[in-house]
Amino acid sequence: MSMLPILQTQDPYLERLPLLLREAFTHYLPEPWHTLSNQLISIVVILSVFGLLFAILTLAERKILGHVQNRPGPNRTGFFGMLQPFADGIKMLTKEDIVPVAADHVLHLLAPVSLLAASILTFAVIPYGKNLVALDINTAALYFFAVGSATELSVFMAGWSSNNKYSLLAAMRALAQLISYELPLIISWIPVVMVASTLSLTRIVSLQSGYSFGVLPHWYVFTPWGFVAFALFMVSALAESNRSPFDLPEAESELIAGHLTEYSGFKYALFFMAEYFGMTALSGMAVSLFLGGWNAPSPYLTFIPSYLWFAVKLLSLLAGFMWIRATFPRLRIDQLTRFAWKFLVPLSLINLVTTAFWILSQNWGHLYFIPRLIITLILIVVPYILLSKKLGRGYAVRTYSYAPQ
Amino acid sequence: MNATLLITIGVTLISSAVALSLRNLIHSVLLLVITWIGICAFYLIFNAEFIAFTQLLVYVGAISMVALFAVLLTRVAPSTNQRNKQSVTRFIYALITGLSLFSLMAFAVLHTDSPKEKVEALPATVYSIGKELTEEYAPALMITGSLLTLAILGSVLLAAHSPQSKENS
Repeated sequence: MSMLPILQTQDPYLERLPLLLREAFTHYLPEPWHTLSNQLISIVVILSVFGLLFAILTLAERKILGHVQNRPGPNRTGFFGMLQPFADGIKMLTKEDIVPVAADHVLHLLAPVSLLAASILTFAVIPYGKNLVALDINTAALYFFAVGSATELSVFMAGWSSNNKYSLLAAMRALAQLISYELPLIISWIPVVMVASTLSLTRIVSLQSGYSFGVLPHWYVFTPWGFVAFALFMVSALAESNRSPFDLPEAESELIAGHLTEYSGFKYALFFMAEYFGMTALSGMAVSLFLGGWNAPSPYLTFIPSYLWFAVKLLSLLAGFMWIRATFPRLRIDQLTRFAWKFLVPLSLINLVTTAFWILSQNWGHLYFIPRLIITLILIVVPYILLSKKLGRGYAVRTYSYAPQ
Repeated sequence: MNATLLITIGVTLISSAVALSLRNLIHSVLLLVITWIGICAFYLIFNAEFIAFTQLLVYVGAISMVALFAVLLTRVAPSTNQRNKQSVTRFIYALITGLSLFSLMAFAVLHTDSPKEKVEALPATVYSIGKELTEEYAPALMITGSLLTLAILGSVLLAAHSPQSKENS
């Protein structure tokens, strides 16, 4: 899938397997067709792998939520409910597609399509393995967030074209959330770019290879600023992909599914698909930026091919998303925006300063490593405590009284 | 002139022309988004990846939202379609401003020395771009920033309703 089809023979066989498979397909074709066919194969592989992952994720989510809530979840279709996603797909496809008479028909159709297109485009730049990246460009990280920002437009299109005041209000609410959380999302990964001084994701991932003392991997999440940035990134990613506890844009149980009110059938399924794709892409981005991408967590585990490590990290982050959904109650819109603007944005800006200190103190030597670590921690922890105290003022610990005493 | 460039120019120009002629403001803004994507493609064709994706992030992601919110949140006055004395003077002012801006830009474009032979493109790393922006092109950056601030202040002033005019109407 790589743009550079260099087969490094020193790599183990399993590492080269995807490229060898591609070679088996393409070597019958004449030479000038190779680039085109390689890219086509990349597209087909990405679409089928993530399409299948979407199906599995919906089932896994329902199963996990079910077990957390002490019920079995879907278990009637096939063994262990395995065929449930396909049954859902058939149901969605055969459902009647209802478009309101007064709706803007073209935009009503374009909204889910453009949303899905934008979320699929983000998969192009993520390095899935040592030699597996569909599009290796110098500004990959910027590309990812630039394409991802088009989702806001689709939400607006969906809300406005429905010609329903509830849809439009919900679209405004969703946009307020998406815009508020896009800022901390983007500021939180800038420290990685500052340290790596590149926007290329393959370069960022390869900078995180190597181990201190032969055990601790050089992942950015293990540095003080990296840990904070990772936490901020994941919280913002949760909000950006409209996941619980930030699922106010949709909130099917109380806000009549927000901007999706007038959607049914396969168009609704497309929105659903885009949400899962967005979640997967942002998790893949978090893996590449902070969790060392496809690098193995220990030098003794490098015999397992890189793409499997990427898959393990990606799936554990996605499982985390589902766990959070099962655990936390939904926020209110004022709490949501206050949390973004008064807490996440200042904290991510302070993290920029901390990272600048970390970079400037790089040549302090080994002797000063502990003071350097302590100063960095103070730079993060003190504002965190101050901000959380200020934000929580007036919201004292609640005392619940269920019965008159 | 290759086919990609021609298609990009065509899409950009046609979408902006249609956007100007439409009555529905929301449709115009959405067509302008296509224009902005066309400009992004234009940058990409000339290998300016960084500015292309920044264009996408800023215009498609942010400016489009500002425009859409502005359309939705501003109250359409009942006398929009009527021509009164004020709108005629405003039209003249707008024409003068637009023409002077256009002539200024045309002057700048025509009088800039463009290198005749092919120039070797610098590696556009984040580091080099940041260095250029904060050292050599810092005044340009600051002038652009203050210009944008002025534009925002001006638009707020235009849109703001003073309490006095409310009493009159």
